[in-house]
Amino acid sequence: MTVIQKKADNPIAHLSAEDIEIIGKELDAIRDRVIADRGERDARYIRKVIKTQRTLEISSRAVLLFSLFPPAWVVGTAGLTVAKILDNMEIGHNVLHGQWDWMRDPKIHSTSWEWDHVSPADQWKRSHNELHHRFTNVVGKDNDLGYGIMRVDEDQPWKPAYLGQPLYNLINACFFEYGIAAYDLELGESLRDGRHKSPEFRARLRAVGRKIRRQVLKDYVVHPLLSGPSFLSTLAATFTANLLRNLWSHSVIMCGHFPNGVETFEKTSIEGETKGEWYLRQMLGSANISGSRLLHIMTGNLSYQIEHHLFPDLPSNRYQEIAPQVRALFDRYGLKYTTGPLPKQVASAWWKVLRLSLPNRRGKQAQSLAPAPLVSAGA
Amino acid sequence: MTTTVPRRPQKASFRTRLLRLAETVTTPLLPEDYLDLVAPLRSGAALRGRIVAVRPETRDAATVVIQPGRGWRGHRPGQYVRLGVDVDGVRQWRAYSLTSVPASRDGRIAITVKAIPDGKVSNHLVRRVRPGTIVQLDQAQGDFTLPAAAPERVLFLTAGSGITPVMAMLRAGLPDRADVVLVHSAPTRADVIFGAELRAMAEAGALRLVERHTEADGLLGVSELDTLVPDHLDREAWACGPVGMLDAVEGYWTVNGLVDRLHTERFRPTVISPGEGGTVTFTGSGVTVEADGATPILDAGENAGVLMPSGCRMGICFGCVVPLRQGAVRDLRNGDLTTAVPGDGVRIQTCVSAAAGTCDIEL
Repeated sequence: MTVIQKKADNPIAHLSAEDIEIIGKELDAIRDRVIADRGERDARYIRKVIKTQRTLEISSRAVLLFSLFPPAWVVGTAGLTVAKILDNMEIGHNVLHGQWDWMRDPKIHSTSWEWDHVSPADQWKRSHNELHHRFTNVVGKDNDLGYGIMRVDEDQPWKPAYLGQPLYNLINACFFEYGIAAYDLELGESLRDGRHKSPEFRARLRAVGRKIRRQVLKDYVVHPLLSGPSFLSTLAATFTANLLRNLWSHSVIMCGHFPNGVETFEKTSIEGETKGEWYLRQMLGSANISGSRLLHIMTGNLSYQIEHHLFPDLPSNRYQEIAPQVRALFDRYGLKYTTGPLPKQVASAWWKVLRLSLPNRRGKQAQSLAPAPLVSAGA
Repeated sequence: MTTTVPRRPQKASFRTRLLRLAETVTTPLLPEDYLDLVAPLRSGAALRGRIVAVRPETRDAATVVIQPGRGWRGHRPGQYVRLGVDVDGVRQWRAYSLTSVPASRDGRIAITVKAIPDGKVSNHLVRRVRPGTIVQLDQAQGDFTLPAAAPERVLFLTAGSGITPVMAMLRAGLPDRADVVLVHSAPTRADVIFGAELRAMAEAGALRLVERHTEADGLLGVSELDTLVPDHLDREAWACGPVGMLDAVEGYWTVNGLVDRLHTERFRPTVISPGEGGTVTFTGSGVTVEADGATPILDAGENAGVLMPSGCRMGICFGCVVPLRQGAVRDLRNGDLTTAVPGDGVRIQTCVSAAAGTCDIEL
């Protein structure tokens, strides 16, 4: 039995086992059509995004060499922020998913890509692709649900420490890339169960240390030094760009699995799960963000979180093309396609963080409330 | 009294230090990732080329003229080049004979490609590719070349696109007094690649040209050489063409005990015996696939999304060689079985090897 099946209004009560398998087959067909059509147009798209990102990054950094001049600071910081967001979201996240491996270009491949982020690509790939995408929203399996330090579900007993979770979440948002690095490292768990002494953990820790050193040296030492008299203002600019990038990606990722309407699942519910049931869990465990084409690109098309979770390895530019077909499928089978504009979804997610920091309201049964995954370290 | 060994000067060159500084700014990317945006053909870059022209030769063949990057080291006539071109967004590598003369004044090189039915890359190059396209290149390779002291009596035996490496030799020119015979087969007169140029060469007395139009006259049998070129066995011979023709030619020269005077270039692998198939694990990528005994491990890996090094896909260039940690593979060309246990350090060509049982590939 899933967590959702305990709820008063079980959203899948009306589906038979056959229905679920038919949904799975229809989704397979959507995927097959994209793969058969995947080609030069898609390759051109990702190369264009990469070229844009690199041009923007290098020119923003060049402008910041003169950051003492206020307009240069503003333009350079804005450009660098957008470049870092593109690097992490539309490019890094998606390349590391293997969405572009089919091109067989060794320069744009999940095995060789590295991103502008303190978590080394290989560690992120493991925690994100192997764990989060497989065990999406399964309480106790998908560590994206709350990092193990926050209350993510009404069923979890309340402790006074949870009063601080809005603050933890804010700090996490500001330094999100470090939060992800610690999460990919399973730092908390390793410290608790003594795994932190193993050579394997130490090797991974050293890799993170190296990555942090390189990132910090670039953003906070070399680039400011190259700016000469603009040292301090460039330092402030790169710090601001990293901060804004962190706040942005944290917001987008909170919207993926957290807003009202997203379901969570019990560990036992995925034992012997069929392909159709796996698809169904992805459909109900994710939420989209509606908005303009620019918004979709800036979120790395994680605004199509539902489509991304159904088909994590399809090229990201295809999600918005298949979204109407996916949505039609939801409608046909009476399922809720959770979506909304960014401010609404962010507010909805934050409201849950605040609400769950307090004990459950008396008289309300835990299971009658929407379950509440807290923070996800990726999408 | 003690002496100390004088310290070796460890000063890195200015260029190296500058590069290191640049790397601290561009990390996690490399400076080259930015330079590639503006100067993909610069010296020091991964070798690439820009297609500058595509000239039709026959109804299904075209010459592709390429401006190679600064790192191009030149070629000898008869050699081939591995070319990586994106077809439908997917990078495909193939090997093609160079048909241009070495060290041309404009520095350009040319390959001549014949579109084969269902040939993904050849059709793309002949019919669709546009000037301006950037392609990936490797340095020229191959020993299907003339020796430094070219022999005075030469026989070239070619068919179809097999004329391409020989054309490079003819264009580069043989010694003045050389006695050259070219026996070339093509379906019709119009299908002879470089037909006009070859006939002009023959007219000028540079060679004796024997054209065989197989649609009208049938395939050339080796026994016909007795009448066409009576002294063929006295000549140093170079042969390039389809598998059947090369097998016949090799057999004939071997029987006559003169196989060391025959040089051949094969463009496709001969599939003789498929292996039995098995489970292939790519240990580095963590991918496991079931492959049958007729599927090259290269194809099996690529279809599973593994980034496989590859080249000619016909067993000649060794661009696809990877370590076989353990297991058994069968060579698709001759049925030879290769087995390995950890520590053997066995490396295999994935393009002509199929699984013959469970195998672990280090990739």
